[in-house]
Amino acid sequence: MLRALAVVVACCAGWAAAQDRVLPLSALRSGISFAGADVRAMQADDAANPGMLWVERGEKLWGEPAGAAGASCASCHGAAKSSMRGVAVRYPAFDATAGTVFDLEARIDDCRTRRQRAPPLRRESDDLLALTTYVAWQSRGLTLDVKVDGPARASFERGRALYGQRHGQMNIACTQCHDQNWGKRLLAETISQGHPNAFPAYRLEWQGSGSLQRRIRACFFGIRADMPPAGAQELTDLELYLAWRALGLPIETPGVRR
Amino acid sequence: MPDARVNVPAEVARDKPFEVRVLVRHPMETGYRTDDGGKAIPRNVVSTFTCRYNGETVFSAHLSPGIAANPYLRFFVTARESGQLTFEWIDDAGIRGDERAAVTVV
Repeated sequence: MLRALAVVVACCAGWAAAQDRVLPLSALRSGISFAGADVRAMQADDAANPGMLWVERGEKLWGEPAGAAGASCASCHGAAKSSMRGVAVRYPAFDATAGTVFDLEARIDDCRTRRQRAPPLRRESDDLLALTTYVAWQSRGLTLDVKVDGPARASFERGRALYGQRHGQMNIACTQCHDQNWGKRLLAETISQGHPNAFPAYRLEWQGSGSLQRRIRACFFGIRADMPPAGAQELTDLELYLAWRALGLPIETPGVRR
Repeated sequence: MPDARVNVPAEVARDKPFEVRVLVRHPMETGYRTDDGGKAIPRNVVSTFTCRYNGETVFSAHLSPGIAANPYLRFFVTARESGQLTFEWIDDAGIRGDERAAVTVV
């Protein structure tokens, strides 16, 4: 009886959270809208968008057999154009086998190690970025649609808490910039709303493509806090919270950012 | 793995300039940076880029460390007959890359 009640309460809480969004849908602004005309033009043109180099490499890797199983991604999933369409909008998502929330990178790497029986790909390696970019690119234009109820709940709540918690020498929280002060200037930059819909993105500062985790780590560095290592649970929790916060924004991968 | 994205129209008008856009995947390492251990990372940029049309050089460029990673080149070519555009580049490490694209004059 108590358990049943707990389930009901959890469901109601989930419903409440979904209603209770931080930024109303009409106020959501993708990071690209804070960028200058040159960066916007670069992202919009596939011939000029350097992120497309990662899409192209991802397409190559998709068809290449890897690991002891001798299978490629395509051996099981077929053409990514149809099988991966709409997949990225659901990530990060809970994986029942692993019992934890996976972001898209972790999902791909899990498939690689468990199904293809290949050595794991290092986070931020060109190959993992390429595959992630290629898979996310299949959902370009589709709106983010993550689930934060059920088993993903705990991760989501941790992400939400982390987002509102002050960090580092500067003693500021994500929410203070990205909820309370977006649109204002921080030195030469306009503070964005901090949405994840363009990642993996090509960042001009990096002179290359990088994951959402790398971008979040850069924020930790910016506020002079200890950076969680790549692949850390905190980062996945934050990724899930950010995706929920941006529900309804279309995927732009590969985005271009300063 | 040197590669590039080439963008040319499949069909062009005779004697009318058309646009060629090339995005070369390359880190364009300046030679001014150090790695995590403090060791200098040697300079490695695409030093020469050449575009030929049916074997004849129609565009070439010498790139320098001031140019960003994954250089994007945009230029115009005029075709008198159908043929093949070939792109070749070489970096300071001696790695060569090449791409090709067919052009039909209509």
